Amino acid sequence: MMKSPASLTIHEAAAALRAKTLSSVELTKAVFERIRAVEPQVHAYLHLTEEDALAQAAASDRRRAAEESRGPLDGVPIALKDNLCTRGVPTTCASKILERFVPPYDATVVTRLRAAGAVITGKTNLDEFAFGSSTENSAFGPSRNPWDLDRVPGGSSGGSAAAVAADEAIAALGSDTGGSIRQPAALCGLAGLKPTYGRVSRYGLIAFASSLDQIGPLAKDVEDCAILEEAIEGWDAADSTSVRLEGPSVTQASAGDIQGLRIGIAKEWLGTGLDPEVRAAVDGARVPLEKLGCTFREISLPLQDYALPIYYLVAPAEASSNLARFDGVKYGRREDGANIVEMYKKSRSAGFGPETKRRIILGTYVLSAGYYDAYYLKALKARTRLRQDYLDALKECDALLSPATPTPAFRIGEKADDPLQMYLSDIYTVSVNLVGLPALVVPCGFSAAGLPIGMQLIGRAFDDATLLRVGARYQNVTDWHRRKPPLPDSGEGGV
Amino acid sequence: MALTRRDVEAVAHLARLSLTEAELERYGAQLEAILGYVESLNRLPLEGVEPTTHLSPATDRARPDRPAPGLTQAEVEALAPEFRAGSVRVPKILEE
Amino acid sequence: MTEFETVIGLEVHCELSTKTKIFCGCSTKFGAAPNSQVCPVCLGLPGTLPVMNAEALERAILVGLAVGCTIRRRFKFDRKHYYYPDLPKNFQISQYDLPLAHDGRVDLAGAHPVRVKRVHLEEDAGKLVHEGAGQQIATGTAALVDYNRSGMPLLEIVSEPDLREPAEAVAYVKSLQTLVRYLHVSDGNMEEGSLRCDANISVRPKGADELGAKIEIKNMNSFKSIEHALTFEARRQRDALARGETLAQETRLWDDTAGETRSMRSKEAAHDYRYFPEPDLLVFTMDDARLAVIRGRLPELPWTKRLRYVQTLGLTDYDAGVLTSDRTVAEYFEATIAAGAPPKTACNWVSTELLGALHGRKLGIGDSRVAPRQLAALIALIDKATISGKIAKTVFAEMLVSGADPDAVVKAKGLVQITDEDALVTSVRDVLAANPQSVADFKAGKSQTIGFLVGQVMKATGGKANPQAVNKILKEELTR
Repeated sequence: MMKSPASLTIHEAAAALRAKTLSSVELTKAVFERIRAVEPQVHAYLHLTEEDALAQAAASDRRRAAEESRGPLDGVPIALKDNLCTRGVPTTCASKILERFVPPYDATVVTRLRAAGAVITGKTNLDEFAFGSSTENSAFGPSRNPWDLDRVPGGSSGGSAAAVAADEAIAALGSDTGGSIRQPAALCGLAGLKPTYGRVSRYGLIAFASSLDQIGPLAKDVEDCAILEEAIEGWDAADSTSVRLEGPSVTQASAGDIQGLRIGIAKEWLGTGLDPEVRAAVDGARVPLEKLGCTFREISLPLQDYALPIYYLVAPAEASSNLARFDGVKYGRREDGANIVEMYKKSRSAGFGPETKRRIILGTYVLSAGYYDAYYLKALKARTRLRQDYLDALKECDALLSPATPTPAFRIGEKADDPLQMYLSDIYTVSVNLVGLPALVVPCGFSAAGLPIGMQLIGRAFDDATLLRVGARYQNVTDWHRRKPPLPDSGEGGV
Repeated sequence: MALTRRDVEAVAHLARLSLTEAELERYGAQLEAILGYVESLNRLPLEGVEPTTHLSPATDRARPDRPAPGLTQAEVEALAPEFRAGSVRVPKILEE
Repeated sequence: MTEFETVIGLEVHCELSTKTKIFCGCSTKFGAAPNSQVCPVCLGLPGTLPVMNAEALERAILVGLAVGCTIRRRFKFDRKHYYYPDLPKNFQISQYDLPLAHDGRVDLAGAHPVRVKRVHLEEDAGKLVHEGAGQQIATGTAALVDYNRSGMPLLEIVSEPDLREPAEAVAYVKSLQTLVRYLHVSDGNMEEGSLRCDANISVRPKGADELGAKIEIKNMNSFKSIEHALTFEARRQRDALARGETLAQETRLWDDTAGETRSMRSKEAAHDYRYFPEPDLLVFTMDDARLAVIRGRLPELPWTKRLRYVQTLGLTDYDAGVLTSDRTVAEYFEATIAAGAPPKTACNWVSTELLGALHGRKLGIGDSRVAPRQLAALIALIDKATISGKIAKTVFAEMLVSGADPDAVVKAKGLVQITDEDALVTSVRDVLAANPQSVADFKAGKSQTIGFLVGQVMKATGGKANPQAVNKILKEELTR
């Protein structure tokens, strides 16, 4: 039986489109058929743009016929996390406060995807304002993990991860503030990249924590991650923190072997709380990597234990500030009030969910008079030391290897009432945001229960390509990434 | 770190949130737990350490003073919950 | 009875007249339809980011240099949080602990210098109009917001509490107004709100070191209201202290119509602005080379110019003040002397004749049809005795209308002064013959009669006679 085109990767689809054995309209239709079949169970999307997608696909086919095709993404269906602004298409951040919000502009990454010819399938679910690790904080209901519908897909980019894992998109964009691309990628068996801070423009990404946020790809394999990163990265006049990139492109630089690369593993990563199955899977990844010529060494990151405390001061502080603008005045939800203060309070209290309120309260508290030095400033100083740890480690190593998450996907509702437990699922990912480095998650095994397990590769600043190179070579010799979830209706092909 | 109800209320007001009794209690307790968790930072020697406020290696980013098109009044109106006489309308403002 | 002294510090806000706003490409033109000069950035739409306007930054540094501040080599921007509907993000991007310039001074003419504590750059908020009776906040039923002003570049110049009199405060704000106009960085218009001022005022027993309770006065929208508000407030505080009351720190609003300051109700228990470094703007650095380039944009400052006019050009301080209060006037004056006119004469012509005439027509010096070169030529004609000072005024009036060169006007109207003595003798003799009584008076010792006779000769020659020549011939004829 023929594989559904929806199950293709970007590079496979691009090859088929180039060979004209497949049209973009056929591919797009296949993706939407798949969405109709599995979306009721997965709930990956908040908004679909089928009509527009088919029009974009037809335009792509016309370009191809005229030999004006724009590259590997031309005609390929891509999903967008619903915190990326899309002109004329609702952008909600999975929050009731933005239920009616239709941005009058496109995020820079969206502009770039469109310019590359990508077909936008719709907007995917997330934890409200990206606050969470499970999508349970979405105001519009959680997404489900295609590998086990009773489990979370991870978060906050859980909708993007679920969509790609369930073949409801060829690939997707997410955003990562403390692991929001990498953790769901690990829990759904995908490759996910958090680029170096400053590499991808944040213009149009509804900010969670501005000094930590980066947009990046969630894809079926590492090669696709490289293709997507290349399309969206680079200097943008609209984002002061974006950087002019030099040297070869990411896809060029991630080709080639990994002979002689030195990979560090921090002893602090393998302590208590790490699930033995995850530990075994990450350990197991060393064998193929060593065969490919990598050497491993133990390193130490003494400040590792402080990463979560630092993160849970810095991120909510910035978030409380970024979310001040949702006040019912200029856009979004407004509740009537007798005066302006009452209107603010009613709109914000009705518009924000519990986790959002919790983080706003925490962030407001740590920035308020008398506490700034004790909390926020201290966190920023500790952040400096944490960063130094990583820079030192990466002097003697070309990349670091860690688990992506302490456990495979947990059950929906399991941690919903315990914020601290939930926060612990980001233990391996938050440091990377605090220090601004790139990190790639790659599937490296399955639990006995059939749940995907991911490993994380951390690299030097702006050396995203080395991670992609290691990941791609690893995927050349492993097939964890080729497995498909056993969804009840898995279309024509199936596993 | 003991937080009073009044502390939580004051923070909620600063953040323009109105919380129910149950929320005040719950968020108060959770805030206290999280603040307890981050107390570990006090063990770190941080004297003389500069705070990290920005991670991008770029500096001095500025743009030329050149006008660019923006939104029309109609687009502002389409976004606004209430609009009158070309302006965004809001409930009366209390004198602070 | 205790003698009190008033202590005033000012926070002056000055909107920079860049073409675009501080963080986006929206136009800054005044008077556009509401919400027509806005974009996702200055409306604070989610996902948008600020990008610094290079020109706004340079202008801020230019002002910092002009008031003698130290320019910080590394500075950052911070978020200042408070909820108000005219503030789209509910935080203002401003500068907290590292303002771009600090510790400078402004030298007020005839008074002690005023220390400038800091100069920093920030974004302006939108404009609110209250619906309801009197469009007042207290009686408003709702409010309308126009975000055109949101994101305009705003410079805040904070003085130390060095001012002692309301009149000094006004003089200080006026000198800042002159300065920002000199530097071509702002319109400095109080009516349009491009120059605004808040004051901190307290009174204390004379000679005391400690400051009294700091009371902030807002809503002073003209020089007159600054003077009135501060005068009222100083008196109110003195009276209260004299009655044995204690004053508490508070913010008061000046009510121009009622002529009084009044307390703002229930100020939210001391604002908690929750400042923190703006992560979306990078740290800015200023090296010597860059600073030198900006310093190169500094013109001679008004107070330096004024001093030079007195010390090296010999003008009175008053005249120097008039000429230097406006950079274009000073430049006009300097161009006139550069074209050869003696400074004192040029000063009289510029400050009296030219400015008087332009003012009468509600024109600025830039609108003058008489170029500095032409004014200098006119003054030269007087000095060469080609025309008299009186005729010169007629010529000047014509030049103002037509823009013609003075030579041309003199020639066309036949206004050349008669210096030829032979030609004048006849006129003199005619006048003497017609005024025997005056001749007799003169001969009887009333020498002042000669003035009358000169006048008669001038009249007879249509003003064209050279007065010195007439004088000389008259004396010769009378003593013959």
